[in-house]
Amino acid sequence: MLSSLGSAGGKSAKPSFVSYVTPEEIKSEKEPSRKEKHPDLLPGEVVFCSASTVLKYTQDDLSQRGVFGVLLCTNFRVSFVSDEAPTEEMVRTLFKNKLYGENDIPLSCVDNIYGDKRKLITGGLVKNKYPSKMIIHCKDLRVFQFSLSFSKEEDAKKIFQGIVHHCLEPKSLRCLFAFSYCENTSYPGSYSYCREHLRKKQTVMFDSVEDWTQDMKRTKGNCRVVSENSNFELSPKLPQYFIVPKNVSDEDLTKYQGKGLPMWCWSHHSGCALFKTASIPLVQEDNVCCRMLTAVAHNHLYSVKTEDLSDTLPTVQDILLSYNRFKQFFLIDNTTEFWMSDMKWFSSLDNCGWLDIIRQCLQKAVEVVESLEKENTNVLIMEEGGSDLCCVVSSLVQLMLDPYYRTLLGFQSLVQKEWVAGGHAFLDRSNHLHLKDKVESQSPVFLLFLECVWQLQQQHGPAFQFSETYLTVLSDSIHVPVFTTFLFNNDGHRDSLLRAESPHTQRSPLNCPTVWDWSVQFDCKAQDLFTNPLYTEKPKQDTSVRKSYRPRHLRQLSLPSSAFKTPPKKGFFKDEADNLKKILGVKRLSRWMLSPSSDSPQTSSSVREFYEAWQTKPLDYHGLLLPCLDGPSIRVWMQRYLRWIHDVQILGGGPVAMLSKVSEILGEVQELQRQLDRHGCTLTSNHKGARPRAKTAAAVIAARSSVRLSSSFPFVTSRNWSFKPAIPTSLLQSLMVTGMAGNLADREDDGGPESLV
Amino acid sequence: RSDRSAHAAKPTFAMSSDNVSISTDFSPELRVLRDSKEEPQLLPKESVQDMAKDVTYICPYIGALRGTLTVTNYRLFFKCMDREPAFVLDLPLGVVSRVEKIGGASSRGDVSYGLVCKDIRNLRFAHKQMEDSLRKSIFEILMKCAFPVSNGLTIFAFEYGQVYPENGWKVYDAQAEYKRQGLPNESWRITKVNDHYELCDTYPSTLVVPVNIPDEELKRVAAFRAKGRIPVLSWIHPESQATVIRCSQPMVGVNGKRSKDDEKYLQTIMDANAQSHKLFIFDARPSVNAAANKMKGGGYESEDAYQNAELVFLDIHNIHVMRESLRKLKEVVYPNIEESHWFSNLESTHWLEHIKLILAGALRIADKVESGKTSVVVHCSDGWDRTAQLTSLAMVMLDGHYRTIRGFQVLLEKEWLSFGHRFQLRIGHGDKNHTDADRSPVFLQFIDCVWQMTRQFPAAFEFNEYFLITILDHLYSCLFGTFMCNSEQQRVKEELPKKTVSLWAYINSQPEEFTNPLYVNYSNHVLFPVVSMRHLELWVGYYIRWNPRMRPQEPVHQRYKELLAKRAELQKRVEELQREVTNRSASSSSERAGSPTRSITPVQTFV
Repeated sequence: MLSSLGSAGGKSAKPSFVSYVTPEEIKSEKEPSRKEKHPDLLPGEVVFCSASTVLKYTQDDLSQRGVFGVLLCTNFRVSFVSDEAPTEEMVRTLFKNKLYGENDIPLSCVDNIYGDKRKLITGGLVKNKYPSKMIIHCKDLRVFQFSLSFSKEEDAKKIFQGIVHHCLEPKSLRCLFAFSYCENTSYPGSYSYCREHLRKKQTVMFDSVEDWTQDMKRTKGNCRVVSENSNFELSPKLPQYFIVPKNVSDEDLTKYQGKGLPMWCWSHHSGCALFKTASIPLVQEDNVCCRMLTAVAHNHLYSVKTEDLSDTLPTVQDILLSYNRFKQFFLIDNTTEFWMSDMKWFSSLDNCGWLDIIRQCLQKAVEVVESLEKENTNVLIMEEGGSDLCCVVSSLVQLMLDPYYRTLLGFQSLVQKEWVAGGHAFLDRSNHLHLKDKVESQSPVFLLFLECVWQLQQQHGPAFQFSETYLTVLSDSIHVPVFTTFLFNNDGHRDSLLRAESPHTQRSPLNCPTVWDWSVQFDCKAQDLFTNPLYTEKPKQDTSVRKSYRPRHLRQLSLPSSAFKTPPKKGFFKDEADNLKKILGVKRLSRWMLSPSSDSPQTSSSVREFYEAWQTKPLDYHGLLLPCLDGPSIRVWMQRYLRWIHDVQILGGGPVAMLSKVSEILGEVQELQRQLDRHGCTLTSNHKGARPRAKTAAAVIAARSSVRLSSSFPFVTSRNWSFKPAIPTSLLQSLMVTGMAGNLADREDDGGPESLV
Repeated sequence: RSDRSAHAAKPTFAMSSDNVSISTDFSPELRVLRDSKEEPQLLPKESVQDMAKDVTYICPYIGALRGTLTVTNYRLFFKCMDREPAFVLDLPLGVVSRVEKIGGASSRGDVSYGLVCKDIRNLRFAHKQMEDSLRKSIFEILMKCAFPVSNGLTIFAFEYGQVYPENGWKVYDAQAEYKRQGLPNESWRITKVNDHYELCDTYPSTLVVPVNIPDEELKRVAAFRAKGRIPVLSWIHPESQATVIRCSQPMVGVNGKRSKDDEKYLQTIMDANAQSHKLFIFDARPSVNAAANKMKGGGYESEDAYQNAELVFLDIHNIHVMRESLRKLKEVVYPNIEESHWFSNLESTHWLEHIKLILAGALRIADKVESGKTSVVVHCSDGWDRTAQLTSLAMVMLDGHYRTIRGFQVLLEKEWLSFGHRFQLRIGHGDKNHTDADRSPVFLQFIDCVWQMTRQFPAAFEFNEYFLITILDHLYSCLFGTFMCNSEQQRVKEELPKKTVSLWAYINSQPEEFTNPLYVNYSNHVLFPVVSMRHLELWVGYYIRWNPRMRPQEPVHQRYKELLAKRAELQKRVEELQREVTNRSASSSSERAGSPTRSITPVQTFV
C-alpha cells in the first residue's frame, strides 16, 4: 500500500506554480527520494485509493495558482499531500489537530462536492466520468479546489469515484472510522478507566446513578432517580438513568415506554425545577397528561407552566433550511463573487433567518428563566421527540442560571446531561451515514445550541471559563467521526453498538474516546487556548460556605413574585384536583400555549421587562446572565465563519490582539505574585477571585513570537501571506441613488439647491 | 479667576436614568452631585436663564417624568426627583438642532415641545400653557439660547472661563509636526507664502511644497486649483519618501483647460520620490460627479496632460447623500430598534456602505504609499470634506503616532482644522437654520471610520471609545473653541486661542479616562483594515447609546483596568519588598550579592 503511494507524484522546486506546467514536465523532474507520500496514518486507518499530480488551488481567485501533490481517500479522510517538502512553518503550527491536518478532510466533514461548472455531485450518479475540477465544501466551512486534469486518467477516475463513494453514499455505522480506530488504539476508555479520577476532575458523564444523584444534590433538587432502565428494559429510547418528579408512579414509569415522562433537568434554588418531555400523548386516557402535570406541579408549590416548543420554535427542517442558506455566505470559492455579495451582506443575513432562529431560542430560554427565577414556577417544556429544541432550551436555561455550567467542565457535563444522556439523535441529525431515509431528519440542532452559547459568551465574556476557540473547535469536532459523543442517537443505541463491536467477547464494550478527551486532538499547549483569560473563579468563600449561595442568588434578582405563586395548603392538592386541572388549563391557554409565534407582543414585552429589570442590577458574572436580544446584539460568529476566508483576515488585529495583551498582563501579574510568594508574603488586600490563569498567556505569546497573528487565530497562521490588503473588487457598484437620494448625489457639495448640476 | 478644579467643573453630557449615563460611567465623582439639588452644578460663567417646575419629559424608554427644567446659557437641565435615584437629563444647548412646538394646547392645557438633537436623539417635553401670556415660556427662552448666532448672542465657548493645567491650543504646532516627519528635507521645503492667507484663505499658514517650486510658481498653480487649494504635502513616508498630497480639483472646465504650471508641479511631486516613476491621483468622487463638475469650471486631471499619473475615482458620495443617510439611520435606531429586519433596515440607510467606501478609499491610498512606495495626490471638489477624511484615515493607517491620544489631536488639528474643514457650516453651531444644505456629518463619518479601525485592531490605539465619543460630544457642545469657525484664518481673526478653551486642554487634563488599557505601542506598524461589510458594524456605543437596553452593565475595559490596577499594586509591593530586602541586607552586610530580588525584570505600565 505504502509503496504504491510513494511512486506517485514528484517534488516541485517552487513554492507554488501555475497549472500550465504539463504533468510530463513534472514527471521528468520527479525524484523518488521521498517515499512517504501519505499522511501519517492513524491507527486503523486504511488508504482506499490515491492519485498523484493533483493540483490543489491555493488561491480562491481565478489565477489557477496551486500546489501539486497526492490526493488520497482513506477510511477516515480525504487527504492532500503536497509534493513540496513540508517547510518549517507547517511543522510548527501551534494549533495542530493531531487527527487531521490543514489538508485533510474527515469523510463526515465533507458537505458537498461540486464538479465542473459548479455542478453538484450526488452519490450514486457517478459512472465513468470524472470532472477536471473538483470543489469540496466542508462542514467546518473550508473549501478545497482540486484539479484532476494532470493526473493519470485511471487514477483520477478512481480517486474521484472513491471520494464520492465514501463521502456521499450510504454506509453502515460500522464503517465509521471510530470503530477501526478504537479497535486499534489502546485508548483508556472512559467506561472503565479510573472512575474515581473521573468523578473528581473530569466531565460528569451522566452514565451512572451517582452522577445524576450528585447533580440533583448539587442543585438541591428533590426528585426521584430512576435506575430501572439501566439495561434499557423500560425503553431503549430512554436514557439509562434519569430523574423524574417524586410523584410519578412506578406504573406510569413502565406504561408508555417513557413517552410523556417529565424528565428532570435542573432545580432552581427556590425549589422549582425545569423538566422536559417528549410530547405528552394527549389522545390517550387524559389521566396520563394530567397525572404527569400534577407530578411536576407537586415538585414545588403546585405550580407548573408547560411550553410546547413545537408550536413556538422553528422545526428541525426550518433550522436546516436556514442554516443551509446561511453557510453559503462563507463557502467562498471565488473572490470576485465574495466582494459582489458584500454589498447585500446585511439583507442577506436577514433573509436567511439564521440569526433570527438563534434569537428565538434565546428568547424562549429567557422566558423559561423568567418563570423559574421570578415566578418560581415549575416549567415543563415539551416537543415531539423531546430531544432537540428541548435540549437547546434546557441547556441555555441552565447556562443562564447556573454559573457552574459556564466553567469548562461544567459545560461539558451539561452537554453530557442534556444532549448525550438526554438522547439527542446526533447520528440522525448529522446523517453521517448518508442514509436516504434519514435525509429528512438531518439538522444542525447542536450547532444551533453552540451558536446561542456563543452569543451569550460574546455579550458576557468574563462569565465563561471557556473561550470562543473552544466553541469553534467543539463545533468542528461534531464532524470528526472518532468520538462516541456524536456518533449515536441515544444511550441505548450507543450501548448496543459498542457492545456488539467489542473485540472481546466478554462483557466489556468497545472503548472509544469522547470528544472531551481533548488530548486526542490537541496537545496541552493548544488546549490552553480553550480557556478564557478574563474568567475568574467564584470567590472562595462562596463555595466553601454553602449557605451564602442562596442569598447571593436572591439578591441578584429580587423581583416581585407573581400571582401564580399562591402556595396552597398541603391538603389543597388532593382534595381539589379538578380545580387544579382547571387552573392548569387556564394557565396553559392564557400565556404559554396560545402564543403561536414567539414574538407575540405579550410574551415579548414581558421578556423585555424581565431583561430590563435584570439589567439595572449590578452585574454578577457568577449569577444570572441574560442575553440582550435587540437587533444589533445578535451577531455572526466571526471566528467560526470567517476564519478561512483570506480576504477578511485582519492581519495584526482581531480579538487575538486583545487576547495577547491581556495574556501578557496576566503573565506579569502571575510573575509578580510568584515573586511575592518567594518573599513569603501573601497578598491580602484586593485579592478578588482566584488567581488568573496564565496558561493562555504562554500559548499566545509563543504564537506571537513565531507568526503574524490575524483575526483567524488560531486556525490560520498568516506567515506565508503577503501583507497586502484586500481591496474590494466591486467598489464601482451602483450605489442606491434612487428618488430623493438620486437628486442629492448629483448636487454640488456646497451651496444650496440652485447649484444642482 | 475661576479657581475651581477641573474635576468639579467637568463638562458633562449626562442623559441618565437610574445609574446609566454616558459620561458618568467614567466619572464617579459626578454621581455625588446628582442627588441634592434640582439645578445643575454650573460651570464658570454659566448662568441660569430660566427655570420651570412641573415640566414633563416624555422619555421614550421610561415614560413621562415630571420634574424641574432649567435653561442656562450653556445647557438644558431636567431633573425628576420622584425616582430613586433621581432622573437627570443634562445636555449642552449646542446639541440642539431644532426646537418646535408640537400641536396646540391639549385639553389639559399642556403644550408640547420637541427637540431634535444633533447627537441622534429627539427629546419631547410637555408643560402647562402660561397663564400669564406676557411671560415667556421656558421653551421660548430655550429657542433663544440654543441658537445664539441667530439671536445675536455669544456662543458659550467664548465665555467659559475654566482654567486647565495645559493650554490645549499648544497641542499642535505645524513646524514641530513637520519636523517630526523629517521635514524640511532635500526635496521638500516649508513655505511662508500663505503666512497671511493670501495664497489661499482656507489653507493653513504653514505649507510644505517641493523645494524646486518657488513661491511665484505656487501662485500660478493656485490659479488653476479650486479656491486656490494647491497640492501640498500632508505626510511623508519615513523610509520610502512616498508622500500623501492633498489639494482641490483642477479648474479644467468644459474645454479641458490645462496648466503647464500645475502639470510641472505634479511632476515635481512625483520626482521627489525616487522609488517610483508613477503618481496616483485619487479623486474621492464618483466619476460621474467629477465629470459634472466640468460644467462649473472644475473637473479632474486628464491622463494626457499628466504624464505618468494614474487617476482613480473612489466613488464617495457628496455631503448631501451623507446627510440623508444619517437621517435614515436615526430613524432606524431612535428611539427603538425594530427587532425583526434589523439588518435590512440598517442596510437601507446605506450608512455602513458609505463608511466602507471611505475606508476602502483610504486603504487604497495607504496601500499605494506603503506597498507601492508611490506618492499619491488626493482631492475631491474643494478638498476639505472627503479629502480630509481620506488623508487623515490613510495617515492613521500608516503612522502609529496618529494612533496615540496626542497624535490623534495633532491629526485633527492638522488635517481637519488647519486645512479648513468647514466645521461651522457643517455643524451649524448656534445657528437655527436646521435645514441648511451645508450641514453634513462628514466629520462624524471620519470618527466612525476610526472607531471601525479600533474594533479591528483593539490593541493598536492608545485612546479608547470614550475618547472618540467625547470628541463627538464636544463637536456639538459649543463648550470648547476647538471646532468653532471654518478655517485657520477665521480662528486667528476671532482670537479663538485667546478667548476660548481647547477641547484638548480638558482631555489632556485626565488622559487616564481616555486611555485604552490594552494599547501596545508597535512602532512602524501599518494597519490595513478589512473593508468588507462582514467586518463593519454599527457603532452601537454612539448611535444607540440613548437606548438603555443596549448599554452594557459593565464595560469590558473595566476588567482590563482592574487587571492593570492589580498589576500596579503588585509591582508596588514587589518594589517595597525589594527595598526592604536591600535595606536589610545592607544593614546586616549580608553575604549574598545575587539575592533573588535582583532578577526582577521591570515591567512597563501603561496606566
